[in-house]
Amino acid sequence: MLQRFQNISFLDIALWALAAIIITVVIWGTIATIIDNPYNPQFWAETIVFGISQGSLYALIAIGYTLVYGVLFMINFAHGEFFMTGIITATIFLAQPMKETGFLDNYPIISLLAIAAVSILVSMAIALLTERVAYRPLRKAPRLVPLITAIGASFFWQYFFRGLYGSEVKPFPPFEILKGKFTIAGVPILKTHAVVIVSAVIMLIGLYLFVMKTKVGKSIRAVAENKDVAALMGINVDRAITITFAMGSAMAGIAGVLYALVFRQTHFFMGFIPGIKAFTAAVLGGIGSVPGAALGGFLLGMFESIGPALFLEGLGIPAPHQLKDVIAFTMLVLVLILRPQGILGERLAEEKA
Amino acid sequence: MFNKSIDIRDVIINGLLAGLISLSLSVIGLIALLSEREIISGLFTTGHIFLVGAPFAMAYVTAGKVLSEEKSKALGYGLLIGVVASVFIVVLTTLATFFDIRRFLVNVTPVLIEFLTFGKSLLIGNILIVVMMGVIGLVGAGLRILPEQFKHPLTSGLGWTIILGMFSEILASRIRAFFGRGVHKLIFTGKAFNVVSATILLVLIVGFTYWNDLRKKDQPEKEEVNDQTDGTKKRLQRIKMGVFGVLLLIAPLLLGTYLTEVTNNVGLYILMGLGLNIVVGFAGLLDLGYVGFFAVGAYVMGVLTSEGALGLGFTFWTALPVAVLASTLAGVILGIPVLGMRGDYLAIVTMGFGEIIRILALSDLLKPYIGGAQGVLQIPKPELFGLTLLHPRHIYYIILVGVLIAVYVSWRLRDSRLGRQWMALREDEDVAEAMGINLVSTKLLAFGIGAFFGGLSGAIFASKLSSIFPHSFNLVVSINVLSLIIVGGLGSLPGVIVGALILVGLPELLREFAEHRMLMYGILLIVMMLSKPEGFIPSKVLQRELHAHEEPEPVSSD
Repeated sequence: MLQRFQNISFLDIALWALAAIIITVVIWGTIATIIDNPYNPQFWAETIVFGISQGSLYALIAIGYTLVYGVLFMINFAHGEFFMTGIITATIFLAQPMKETGFLDNYPIISLLAIAAVSILVSMAIALLTERVAYRPLRKAPRLVPLITAIGASFFWQYFFRGLYGSEVKPFPPFEILKGKFTIAGVPILKTHAVVIVSAVIMLIGLYLFVMKTKVGKSIRAVAENKDVAALMGINVDRAITITFAMGSAMAGIAGVLYALVFRQTHFFMGFIPGIKAFTAAVLGGIGSVPGAALGGFLLGMFESIGPALFLEGLGIPAPHQLKDVIAFTMLVLVLILRPQGILGERLAEEKA
Repeated sequence: MFNKSIDIRDVIINGLLAGLISLSLSVIGLIALLSEREIISGLFTTGHIFLVGAPFAMAYVTAGKVLSEEKSKALGYGLLIGVVASVFIVVLTTLATFFDIRRFLVNVTPVLIEFLTFGKSLLIGNILIVVMMGVIGLVGAGLRILPEQFKHPLTSGLGWTIILGMFSEILASRIRAFFGRGVHKLIFTGKAFNVVSATILLVLIVGFTYWNDLRKKDQPEKEEVNDQTDGTKKRLQRIKMGVFGVLLLIAPLLLGTYLTEVTNNVGLYILMGLGLNIVVGFAGLLDLGYVGFFAVGAYVMGVLTSEGALGLGFTFWTALPVAVLASTLAGVILGIPVLGMRGDYLAIVTMGFGEIIRILALSDLLKPYIGGAQGVLQIPKPELFGLTLLHPRHIYYIILVGVLIAVYVSWRLRDSRLGRQWMALREDEDVAEAMGINLVSTKLLAFGIGAFFGGLSGAIFASKLSSIFPHSFNLVVSINVLSLIIVGGLGSLPGVIVGALILVGLPELLREFAEHRMLMYGILLIVMMLSKPEGFIPSKVLQRELHAHEEPEPVSSD
């Protein structure tokens, strides 16, 4: 990016100055908080655990962005909606009736697995339908066109599901076995958070192995590298892209279940903000890279969770948690200015950014 | 391959698709909502139109794929599509009668089921729906295979009658205002046409179209004669412009308070659309945070003029330049960090900026200055020569002036040196830079001028509503504006106006749509991008750009 503006160093200076100012403010706020020391270590430990569990959700969703971006070079704006559709359907058709009949409390594991299965299947179905109808005909169109289509798809699914299930918040029933907390090395961890973090890590490792070790994963990577050459090598490009969407949306479906376990509610608008955050996470880690998306997700979750208490409060900002979302967007801008290829990104973002 | 007739399997699949669409529209509640808007009193409603729309269209399209000699086959396929499609509705009504599916799908209400079974018992209702859908399929296919000289008059007759019928409520109230109760009663029963007036309308339109087609066919030479008398044509155009101008000036008198209010909303969106059109349409920079500039304009206007505790005592006219300047400045400043970004990244980051502005407006941090969630209240209406501009028709003129300025500026900029630089930027940034275009100033000017109109719109919005809240400035507004310039045609000025009329004006008139507005926008964005990415009134250059990737149709080899 910087070479493009070599002749106008004023811009580089302005951008770097902007970045420097933001970083200085953050450091200043952090120091102020540390000197002031308003919280005990217990609070920080809990905040960090919450951040990691939040981050693992972002990581799971970010995988979908990164995979699709890898093969199609497009931001699948509707990905946050895939996350929402699965869990909201599972809540309405499975979780709530199962709670009423008592099945959920008697067989919690089976119930949870069933909910996860439905969530994944619905997310996948919606994703594949979107890909088939809205994205596939536009593979060769100018890049603005699929992006606008994706924005349209995002709003379409949001308001379609609002029409289906209504606009009110749907409570997700609590699981008795996930109540309470246990302590590891003096840090109390909510059981729900432990489940979220562990299952997210397992899914992420599984997906990484799938992409790197299996033949299908290899075909996806080949398509990401170069569609035409991949097709010449006998790879069915359409099929590889479909599988990519399926994998990404399956991760989103799982993330939906984990989200519902933590926040105990679902809503037609719930996919939007996590979707944007997850995209930020994918860019932060280096878009197109699976480990990058995971790392970016965890980092973003941590920053968001400890940020308000760590540096915003030190700056004397009232009710700093209100500005949580500002942190994510500011991080996105900072990353794009300072290191557009992301933390683990290898390919220069030049051709894509 | 193109001439291959389709087989029965494709027909059934098409029927299933059509049925799925009808079913979806039913279960999300749109059909039940629309069933309250009658088209012909006591006969059918907008709900029916949307219920049978998909099978009708599908039958029409499918019949077109049958060889033209096989007329009965085409009709049969149409019938089949209708019947197959109706199966979904039958399943829905049956399920809803025996199970409580409303606890899952909130919009499967008794009203909907009653509508779908025509208020009869389940069995009779189901038979009726199968028959109706079948007939509709038949009609759709039949219309397709009619000879051209009948097809055009009939389709336009049906189309216009239905469209006028949908707006009959507005039409009725205007006719009553101008011609009195008697005329109103003659044409309308309640809010809708009665059977007689609708039939007359249909016959009139069909007749007129038929006659018009004949006339056109008979006298193709006369048009050319017209072309030669250049002077007459110019004069005619000037007269047209004059009439249009006068209409614009007296519009509030013709429209009445409610329609003027609607027009004002459309006007504000036109202003925003023209601004965003410069950024997205001219310069190709996809900005999803455009609502931020609207918010800055509105908040500056609000805080400067408010008579409440927050206010600084400015008047509308002294605050207006400050507000517009502030949002222009915001546009330039927020433009700097995104100078190096393209396409998708730019979209997400600008969206982030828009959200940041909204979050800041909502936060306790700025609450002492701009009111936080409580917003800014008691914003005075503008005053002119000691007269307070209270009424919507006064605001109308302010908005009109704003829109005219925006149209003029956009029009002059489009073909200017700057406009051509933007166009080069849109087509290829690297090549544009190689041609010696200064990317920094060109981009910042686009962001700045775009934000200028956004801010102007916001400032007028603030004083029009007299109170503003952070919730008025969420992302949905940006998406609305983007949708309207895309539907109208990126980079096209008449497109922006038409887009705003369709996307903002229509849902206000057909209030049932308002609830499903964003759904419609979503569908529109997808359908437009798939079928007509250049919009309804395309700008010529962009049209070529957007179709450049398409290869010429392959020649069939079999």
